[in-house]
Amino acid sequence: MNTLTENTTKTICYHCGDECRDEDIQINEKHFCCNGCKTVYEILDGNDLCEYYNLDEQPGISQKKEIVRNYDFLEDSDLINKLIDFTDGKVSTVKFYIPQMHCASCIWVLENLNRLNSGVLTSQVNFVKKTVSIKFDSTNTTIKELVILLDAIGYEPALNLEEKNEDKNTLENKKLYYRIGVAGFAFGNIMLLSFPEYLSIEGVEVFSLKQIFGYLSLLLALPVFFYSASQYFESAYKGLKSKIVNIDVPIAIGVFVLFTRSSIEIIFNLGSGYFDSLAGLIFFLLIGKVFQNKTYETLNFERNYKSYFPIAVTIKKADQETTIPVSKLNKGNRIMLKNNELVPADSVLISNETNIDYSFVTGESEAVHKVNGDLIYAGGRQIGKIAEVEVIKEVDQSYLTQLWNNKIFSKGRESKVVSLANGISKYFTIVVLLIAVLSSIYWSFYDLHTSFNVFTAVLIVACPCALALSTPFTLGNTLRIFGRNKFYLKSTEVIEDLGNINSIVFDKTGTITQTGQSKIEFIGDSLNEIEMALVGSAVKNSSHPLSRIIDNFLNVSSVKSLDYYNEIPGSGIEAKIGEDTIQLGSPKFLQLAKNNSNSLTNTHVFLKVNNILKGYFSITNQYRKGLNNTIQKLAIDYSLGVISGDNSRERENLLRIFPPSSEMKFEQSPQEKLSYIQHLQSFGKKVLMIGDGLNDAGALKQSDVGITITEDINNFSPACDAMLDSSKFELLKTFLQFSSTSKKIIIASFIISFIYNAGGLFFAVQGLLSPIIAAILMPLSSISVVIFTTLTTNFFAKSKGLL
Amino acid sequence: MEVMIVLLAASILVALIFLGAYIWAVKSGQYDDRYTPSIRMLFDDKNNKKIDNISKNVDTKS
Repeated sequence: MNTLTENTTKTICYHCGDECRDEDIQINEKHFCCNGCKTVYEILDGNDLCEYYNLDEQPGISQKKEIVRNYDFLEDSDLINKLIDFTDGKVSTVKFYIPQMHCASCIWVLENLNRLNSGVLTSQVNFVKKTVSIKFDSTNTTIKELVILLDAIGYEPALNLEEKNEDKNTLENKKLYYRIGVAGFAFGNIMLLSFPEYLSIEGVEVFSLKQIFGYLSLLLALPVFFYSASQYFESAYKGLKSKIVNIDVPIAIGVFVLFTRSSIEIIFNLGSGYFDSLAGLIFFLLIGKVFQNKTYETLNFERNYKSYFPIAVTIKKADQETTIPVSKLNKGNRIMLKNNELVPADSVLISNETNIDYSFVTGESEAVHKVNGDLIYAGGRQIGKIAEVEVIKEVDQSYLTQLWNNKIFSKGRESKVVSLANGISKYFTIVVLLIAVLSSIYWSFYDLHTSFNVFTAVLIVACPCALALSTPFTLGNTLRIFGRNKFYLKSTEVIEDLGNINSIVFDKTGTITQTGQSKIEFIGDSLNEIEMALVGSAVKNSSHPLSRIIDNFLNVSSVKSLDYYNEIPGSGIEAKIGEDTIQLGSPKFLQLAKNNSNSLTNTHVFLKVNNILKGYFSITNQYRKGLNNTIQKLAIDYSLGVISGDNSRERENLLRIFPPSSEMKFEQSPQEKLSYIQHLQSFGKKVLMIGDGLNDAGALKQSDVGITITEDINNFSPACDAMLDSSKFELLKTFLQFSSTSKKIIIASFIISFIYNAGGLFFAVQGLLSPIIAAILMPLSSISVVIFTTLTTNFFAKSKGLL
Repeated sequence: MEVMIVLLAASILVALIFLGAYIWAVKSGQYDDRYTPSIRMLFDDKNNKKIDNISKNVDTKS
């Protein structure tokens, strides 16, 4: 019965599903929480698109914010050319990224855009990537109209000029799929043709058939050898050229010997060849590659400042406001910044005053007050009324963006440790070649033909298929397990690097402290208005962060001028207004008997008015949940450090959490952070950097592994190797441990594949390797290694609570 | 035994057709997005009446 009464009191918006609290607009017997939602409904209703509401319950996106955006900059032809994927003058295609996409209704309405705008020919959604590709008649409509339409129905596209490289990735994937298809096709058919051989069917008539079967197998193996396996030859060649014996070298040798020996056997009618093993080997190896390449398509790990900065800004030209793309911004342009907008280039403030939040850029946690003539750095967020600024530096020459001129950003990621498989393959190759040569020399005393057979058989059977598969399957599975726990890795190589970490460096703001307002309350006698005004006026004079928080909390409008004001650093403030005196600060400063009652989670600021204790402000520190615990666990195995762009006022608090050995550096510029990581690495340390903001971008890139912490993985985060959802911060140690576990699993599966190799060699050196043994041994070793790695990673993940 | 040759040719031909179908599927982008089509097939082309039934079916299933 309870639910019934609740239903009658609560009205739910028909569009977005929010409760209609402030407003309740009704049309067609439907309720809406705001004008925005109603407008979207009217657009859809007017175009007969109300199926939208039938597919999912309240599918819409809340329109309460009612921001009117100006899309005039989309008339700029350079910008349009960058956005458009393809055009032939009439028909154009464009792809928009739409972060708000979340349900079946979204797909439906976005694929029916042609009913809202007749210029749209087709539109197709990729829900996983959250994109919509629109094919439109450019004589009939424009990009600007499309964007305005999408915005009007609540799907504002995130415009970005930086994300065009994804297509290359899908092309690579497609090629891999083709190769697998060809190899699988050949594998199955050659297997069928080899059956008579397996079953040793003999007979006079069968003899000619046997030859036909042989030639057919050779024909089928040609595309496998020349097309599907070509990557292994390329990679082995590249490796040898730079004097590295990678895992592809023994594979390439094995495949090459397999193919030549089999061809010779078929052509000279000496035997039936090993084409079935060849095709099977390539088929399994390529499937391993798919596992290795599996990544998170929706996440972008390569972002730089350009994807954080706005795509366009409002400028003032001859008292007219227009929008232009940021790329066309010049020195001397006057920009109008609305509340919460970003400063795109270093500028000077023209308006009287404003506040700039630099937390994302420099790590300073409090907004900075700026007055007319002050310098404002690019990347800061303007808070307050509309402010006018004048650009004094080009966008890419600004203080922050200069960081990206560092050469570290032009390098691609290269795993800083030699992967286990590649490390082993050098010795493996040498040993196999030695065995092959020695056994063929031994046999050459008896029979030259057998000597040749033994030599090739050793190389064939030692082809490290299982060895090559153990890494991608173990790491691919680990990647998936981490992803389930909201820890997203850029590639499987990151896991091997994570397993080698011995030093961890944390950023402060946003990483170990949480973003957002700190909680504050006053405990004690309630203050009357006069007292509030007194305290409020006094704290306005102090720039101490606690004063700023109290000032924000009281929000006093009638500020009184002080007759006396004194601030004692580290203790508190005292002030006098007329006859009233106030003291605000630590218990010691107020000569209270109590000990320092600050705890790790709370800071107390005591208040005396006219020498009478009134109570205290309790301010919750913004440390991340479970920080203390996590750090203590990490401190056992790793050396820790904190590097912050903020000032050192938190040092005291941090010292209570971090072990005494950890290094702490404050007021570090982005460049200094990068240098600090380099400094640690010069001592041979393997550094894990954990950060969140643009100011960490250099350090994240320089470190062996860079992790960004984020509240929402679709939000902007700087280029990194992995993203960790902030709710899973406590699992950090488990993730690191599990990475080492995966490494051990790989080593264990290496041992298994060595045993198989040894077994194969046992037959090979005796000259007994028949095609059927090879055909059984290869798939058996590969499949058993894959099963072993999958089961063990799952088992350990379960025991660590990750599954 | 000539029949073996015929059978052989037939089996390879069938396998080639499947390979061709696979390559066509990859080429046309069926492996690029493996989620959206599963939802899209529930939509009906410009026929509003059936949509109600579909959404009811989806509801009862979930």
